[in-house]
Amino acid sequence: MHIVVCIKQVPDSAQIRVHPVTNTIMRQGVPTIINPYDLFALEEALRLRDRLGGEVTVLTMGPPMAEDSLRKALTFGADRAVLLTDRFFAGSDTLATSYALSSAIKKIGETWGPVGIVFAGKQTIDGDTAQVGPGIATRMGFNQLTYVAAICDVDTEKGIVEVERRAEGGVQVLQTKLPVLITMLEGSNEMRRGSLTSALRAANAEITTWNAEAAGVPDVQSCGLRGSPTVVKRVFAPTPRAERAEEIGKPGMSFEELADAAMDEIFARHPTVEADLREFAAGQQEEWR
Amino acid sequence: MTDAPQKKPQPAGGRAGMRKELPEHFKAYRHVWVFIEYEHGAIHPVSLELLGEGRKLADKLGVELAGLLVGGDREELLAAAGECWEHGADLTYLIADPILEHYRNQPYTKALTDLVNTFKPEILLLGATTLGRDLAGSVATTLATGLTADCTELAIDDERSLAATRPTFGGSLLCTIHTLNFRPQMATVRPRVMAMPQREAGRTGRVVEHPLDMREEDIVTKVLRFIADRDSNEVQLAYADIVVAGGLGLRSAENFQLVKDLARVLGAEYGGSRPLVQKGWITSDRQIGQTGKTIRPKLYIAAGISGAIQHRVGVEGADMILAINTDPNAPILDFAHLAIVADALEVLPALTRAFSRRLSVNRLAG
Ligand SMILES: Cc1cc2nc3c(=O)[nH]c(=O)nc-3n(C[C@H](O)[C@H](O)[C@H](O)COP(=O)(O)OP(=O)(O)OC[C@H]3O[C@@H](n4cnc5c(N)ncnc54)[C@H](O)[C@@H]3O)c2cc1C
Ligand SMILES: Cc1cc2nc3c(=O)[nH]c(=O)nc-3n(C[C@H](O)[C@H](O)[C@H](O)COP(=O)(O)OP(=O)(O)OC[C@H]3O[C@@H](n4cnc5c(N)ncnc54)[C@H](O)[C@@H]3O)c2cc1C
Repeated sequence: MHIVVCIKQVPDSAQIRVHPVTNTIMRQGVPTIINPYDLFALEEALRLRDRLGGEVTVLTMGPPMAEDSLRKALTFGADRAVLLTDRFFAGSDTLATSYALSSAIKKIGETWGPVGIVFAGKQTIDGDTAQVGPGIATRMGFNQLTYVAAICDVDTEKGIVEVERRAEGGVQVLQTKLPVLITMLEGSNEMRRGSLTSALRAANAEITTWNAEAAGVPDVQSCGLRGSPTVVKRVFAPTPRAERAEEIGKPGMSFEELADAAMDEIFARHPTVEADLREFAAGQQEEWR
Repeated sequence: MTDAPQKKPQPAGGRAGMRKELPEHFKAYRHVWVFIEYEHGAIHPVSLELLGEGRKLADKLGVELAGLLVGGDREELLAAAGECWEHGADLTYLIADPILEHYRNQPYTKALTDLVNTFKPEILLLGATTLGRDLAGSVATTLATGLTADCTELAIDDERSLAATRPTFGGSLLCTIHTLNFRPQMATVRPRVMAMPQREAGRTGRVVEHPLDMREEDIVTKVLRFIADRDSNEVQLAYADIVVAGGLGLRSAENFQLVKDLARVLGAEYGGSRPLVQKGWITSDRQIGQTGKTIRPKLYIAAGISGAIQHRVGVEGADMILAINTDPNAPILDFAHLAIVADALEVLPALTRAFSRRLSVNRLAG
């Protein structure tokens, strides 16, 4: 089966700094990584391929330097990488992103064989909307399986997939037909180490690079800023709270005295916490009887 | 390339939608809608929180507030409609069909997009739950409109547009996003971010029923089973009145027991900062913060947590925050209300003793 995995290159957010005066994000020198959630999608795709045969194509839309992430994905064992890059894509919101990606996935299918499963991450760590997966599924008319914790069964003969999906208050066991779009939940698997052979292959691999035209994007007006219904009007820093915490206790107090002082302060300041706790304690005592 | 916020809009050849030029056919779109998440016989609290927020937007716009109820059992949905009115809705749109008994993307997307195309709302809000996030992306894509995720503030600007503010880059900045020239303007909001509105008993409204117009054979995805969580701290943590949490300052998984001990005496839920999940000291459903749960308890006790911005955004809705930290300069002291500057490994057991003493002494006396 032919599987496509969508990965996004994101700034390593642990290292992002905000300029104190201009409130802009200082990206210079911030290293980029594959969106961590996408690694679960990639690993799941590789496992399916190893089990069922077929190929894994990784796809990213981004600036030319996003090639780094694709090369990394090849190191882990992906068979092929496609970079979608064009100034028409700049400034895409999720609607425009899913439009460009789904056009490219169609083209990938036409070029290297029909796509049975598209994988995406649960969400990214920068945009963090979780909207691109459902967007791709809707545009391609694929059955949509989000927050998948486990893939129980894939029957390529019958074209049936069975998964466990995280839902509110429980797990849904769903069965649907191929082709599907799956977003993987974090922690559902552990990324393999790349083998030496894949690393060597990845270093020299040719990465297919498509602009909008090469990817067969039907309408560039639906891409990038022009194709984005959302408009970012303002970016600003949160207002800090005026007062700092009041420190409880005096020097030399024992821990018992500190704890008592804290409790008194909580009860004095909050209108209902003490009453709630007494009610809870009384209920507990009832239970013991 | 896709991170537009910090770029200035280009005047020529740039984003078409930077100025408001609402196409004629969208001008008839009116009223504020909230998708009511109704599952397993109950409304998800986030939907009621959104009705509270939606009420304010509708009043500002001078329009009506509607709740959308879709599900399998008509009688149950009618009862839920009453709950919507009591939380501020003027009317409820209702689609009852056995096909909608359990959530599935395809029929729910059809139900919502049909309602939107028929009745034309200007704003549509959904909870950012696993269900809401699965649904919102499909609905927005089908309608080809804008969707702003995980908003923390919703307002109406001078041009009658929805100004949806959301945290970016882990909460270190906020951005305000508009959908100027498409309708409806869609947004999701995480549970507990908005306050629960006061329930107004006896408040009533109207019901507008609509057919689904779909057959089970048309739906490809089947729900084979639903395995309910045994102890669903998903909801419990977000809605707990008291939460006790620990951070790396506790130094070991064993010491985390001190947090659980205090939580037990207080009838509280317990949680922690993200590194504890990564170290495996707690499960991920107990992580508090930007990428975990947002909590809004009456009392939040944070022991050995520094108060990084990603943690802060998840706890700021608490009535009262008590920080226990050895460092008087820890960032958490900038937003906590009370602080004990001392070793949490000593303070936590002392608090456990103090509370159990106080609560039981008075119990005997009274
Ligand atoms: C701070 C900030 C806030 C934003 N808020 C919004 C908003 O509220 N609404 C909105 O419509 N847009 C928003 N955007 C724009 C949005 O981030 C971009 O459209 C982005 O290209 C995709 O969205 P995401 O990062 O949220 O991806 P998500 O929807 O969270 O990503 C889910 C999965 O889709 C796949 N994927 C996503 N992007 C790509 C890509 N470029 N290449 C390959 N695979 C990909 C990955 O598998 C990923 O794990 C925002 C951007 C920023 C920087
Ligand atoms: C994209 C992204 C998303 C994130 N999402 C989240 C999230 O959802 N939730 C979250 O919590 N974090 C999140 N983080 C991580 C966050 O940035 C911080 O790294 C994390 O919150 C720090 O955890 P901590 O406070 O437990 O540890 P530290 O920052 O190491 O703080 C430990 C604190 O304990 C104090 N201490 C040490 N010894 C003692 C003692 N004996 N008694 C009392 N105090 C003591 C220290 O003074 C210090 O203040 C995210 C990060 C990123 C990049």
